[in-house]
Amino acid sequence: MRARVLVRPKQGILDPQGQAVQRALPALGFEGVGDVRIGRLIELEVADPAQLPAMCERLLVNPLIEDYEIVEAAGAPASPLNGGAIGG
Amino acid sequence: MKFGIVRFPGSCDDVDALEAARRVCDAELLWHQDRDLKGADAVIIPGGFSYGDYLRCGAIARFAPVMDAVAEFASDGGLVLGICNGFQVLCEAGLLPGALLPNTSLRFVFRQVRLELADPDTPFTRVCPATLSIPVKHTTGRYYSPDPVHVLLRYAPGENPNGSQDDIAGVCNEQGNVFGLMPHPEHAVDPLTGSTDGLTIFESIRAHVGDRALIH
Repeated sequence: MRARVLVRPKQGILDPQGQAVQRALPALGFEGVGDVRIGRLIELEVADPAQLPAMCERLLVNPLIEDYEIVEAAGAPASPLNGGAIGG
Repeated sequence: MKFGIVRFPGSCDDVDALEAARRVCDAELLWHQDRDLKGADAVIIPGGFSYGDYLRCGAIARFAPVMDAVAEFASDGGLVLGICNGFQVLCEAGLLPGALLPNTSLRFVFRQVRLELADPDTPFTRVCPATLSIPVKHTTGRYYSPDPVHVLLRYAPGENPNGSQDDIAGVCNEQGNVFGLMPHPEHAVDPLTGSTDGLTIFESIRAHVGDRALIH
């Protein structure tokens, strides 16, 4: 299966990247933006999805500072082709 | 005594660490694929960008064959010093508590900092002065630990370059034989570059290993 691992900074961990983006959006006229957190998306093909949590705990994620969520990526690998709006 | 300095692909302060160690005793480079430490009495994991620092700083390096030997050496009480990227590697390997996060400024910082010795009674700090002047150069140096840790070095008031928790610049493990720090003592060993305070960390290790050799 093709899986997605969503990695986020743990609650309570200061995320300066998120803060910088949060400050930048209002400067572009986008109001009402709060609590921006920037993490990482890892997509991978796995023969045995049951091994995903162990992969996360041992390498993909540092559990001390990051939380993760495993999501099944349905169908073909994610690309702009099945993603709707395509940015410039 | 002899220092062993680990060289990963992407290490860049390995030669400075080698030259600094050679100012106090013998020293030799260890390759990341080595499975033994060539008889080293103390090990240095140097600064740089091991394995490109992909995924997270130090996350890949900890799986290098030489790291198994380093972990075994540490569990037997051997002295291990991790500098900058080496500190990150030791945290990722679980040999030190905590983790290093991106600087709050999101910028690479490269400057001389004043440090305060938090514990002078350790194998790594026994001949260090109460304050040291040593350079830092990193982007991912904000120390974080959810649990209390044994702090050996702190940034002096107003000197914290990265937003590190409690101004922490260097910590050791519970057993006191593994030490990691973000500042670079190997870059402060010659008056030409402004300070020789870094040399005292190498001298402390030599003194400790020398004493131990006399006891055994």
